[in-house]
Amino acid sequence: MSDASLTPRSIPDRLHSPFSRLLASWDLLLLLVAVAIFIANSLASPYFLNAWNLSDATFNFTEKAMIAFAMALLIIAGEIDLSVAAIIALVSTAMGAAASVGVGTPGLVAIALATGIACGAFNGLLVTRMGLPSIVVTIGTMSLFRGISYIVLGDGAYRDYPSDFSYFGQGYVFWVISFEFVLFALLAVAYYVLLHRTNFGRTVFAIGNNPTAAQFSGIRVARVKFILFLLTGVMSAVAAICLTSRLGSTRPSIGMGWELEVVTMVVLGGVSILGGAGSIPGVVIAAFVMGLLTFGLGLLNVPGIVMSIFIGLMLIGVIALPRLWKMWRK
Amino acid sequence: MKLTRRLFGGAAMATALMAGSMAQAQDPVRIALVVKALGIGFFEAAAKGAEEAAAELGNVEVIYTGPTDTTAEGQIEVINALIAQQVDAIAVSANDTDALVPALKKAMQRGITVISWDSGVAAEGRELHLNPSSSPLIGNMIIKMAADELPEGGQVAVLSATTTSTNQNTWIAEMNKVLGNYEGIEVVGTVYGDDLADKSYREATGLMQTYPDLKAIIAPTSVGIVAAARAVEDAGKVGQVNVTGLGLPSEMAGAIESGASKSFAIWNPIDLGYSATMLAYQLATDAAEAAPGAEIPMGRMGTLTLDDNTEGAMADPFVYDASNIADFKDIF
Repeated sequence: MSDASLTPRSIPDRLHSPFSRLLASWDLLLLLVAVAIFIANSLASPYFLNAWNLSDATFNFTEKAMIAFAMALLIIAGEIDLSVAAIIALVSTAMGAAASVGVGTPGLVAIALATGIACGAFNGLLVTRMGLPSIVVTIGTMSLFRGISYIVLGDGAYRDYPSDFSYFGQGYVFWVISFEFVLFALLAVAYYVLLHRTNFGRTVFAIGNNPTAAQFSGIRVARVKFILFLLTGVMSAVAAICLTSRLGSTRPSIGMGWELEVVTMVVLGGVSILGGAGSIPGVVIAAFVMGLLTFGLGLLNVPGIVMSIFIGLMLIGVIALPRLWKMWRK
Repeated sequence: MKLTRRLFGGAAMATALMAGSMAQAQDPVRIALVVKALGIGFFEAAAKGAEEAAAELGNVEVIYTGPTDTTAEGQIEVINALIAQQVDAIAVSANDTDALVPALKKAMQRGITVISWDSGVAAEGRELHLNPSSSPLIGNMIIKMAADELPEGGQVAVLSATTTSTNQNTWIAEMNKVLGNYEGIEVVGTVYGDDLADKSYREATGLMQTYPDLKAIIAPTSVGIVAAARAVEDAGKVGQVNVTGLGLPSEMAGAIESGASKSFAIWNPIDLGYSATMLAYQLATDAAEAAPGAEIPMGRMGTLTLDDNTEGAMADPFVYDASNIADFKDIF
């Protein structure tokens, strides 16, 4: 590879060395932001640097981040799923209904995953078979899925979960390391491998950059997209298990508004909203940035409205900066 | 570089030490008033009451906080941040009876006093719950307001929400229990406006046609009372038929001004925030203990008596009339 000039047919694997790419990358900038927030928080509040407090803080983002991994792949492939929070509600309602007739924890998990897969498949079929735009389809299913929860539950709630079910959202694997955080870390690695180290990941990027070209190079575009919708459904189900377990109850309003927070996390992580570019490490760092920022501001008792302004500004900055950078270079 | 670092380090340390010694000297009791969402007039008023209580108690710091929108998840994030700050007490108006319980249990395990007010939390997630009022007090108040304007007695009718509204049915039942105390007052009928403005309006109009001698309409619902007042105005019966019941000052200001309603009642959010802060202080400083039957003082609002479910009712609903409506109509 180093002797690129020897034969005319040799094409380098990459144009820049991994290190120089890292230097210029979004991930590094984001990492610096995360570190800056961490330091600022430690200076601003005497309560920040405490193992238990930091552990509590991870709950602010772990569940959303689990969905964000799958959402990142979907957005890179040029689609989007806005029904994820509604899937949480439907999955949680299904689990609650099952728990109220005495289904045990393994059964609840199975029901959750099955419901998530069904929701994802429904979205996927509408998008890939009917050729409908995913943003329209999932805005529709967003109302549909949550609507079913509202019909089932009304203003009631399910709260008869078995006691061992609380482990998912309230359990600790080791000292302050919660089950949710471990799951988050494992999923981060799994999605990193899937997106950056497998053929499947390559096809996701190819589809996002040019679906027609991908189609003609033999990629089953519809199938890959369908699988991505399934994955998003499954991840929403996993998040629903954790959130329901953490709350110990189900109401139809559960996870309301999370779809936007998940998309924010993905875009903040450097995934192009137009598709074709992005990375899992970026999303992981973005999850930390959002979690640390909200927790740090919370410690200072900054009102939530101001927090939303911060996150909004950060998001606009993230989208505007690369554009400005390009304009400036020209 | 080294010098500046040392300087800054020294300054930071000095500040920390000073803060530490000040905290030791004063050691304020930090009470967090957690509301359903920020930016709601009702809760802003409650925060005012909390500040009043803090000023009265002295040495109390009120942290007024809540999520941006009324979600349980948002409130849990706020509660986690408060636990991390080791506040002394959390007084919460909950977005969800059950979902907050695990987070609040954790707070109590770490030695934080937890009470709920206005909108309650399941019993295992708090030490006591402060209801703004109680059904008997409300039932009595709605008939009392009507009777106070009718020294000679007369016919009154009730405009309720739906036939199945638990709250309204309970209040009307309580009202009927104490009816005997108000001489000459005759309840001629109860109609249901289903908490819809147009249906309530038609039902109120119907009442006035059916009972030409009707002297008052009691509407223990915020939708019904506004519609009934409008119906009285449109029928030209202002001064003849008095509309009263439960309503919101912002919506009822017009009816008070026109005279269609002489007075109405609802809880006073300022008193509610005041009492919640007083109770949280009593429990956090171990001056009182939340147990069934306990009587806990809450400053100018008297004492709170806890029932078997460690719940208590603050006071009679607060009466709003021409004398005070201006102060409250912008609040909620």
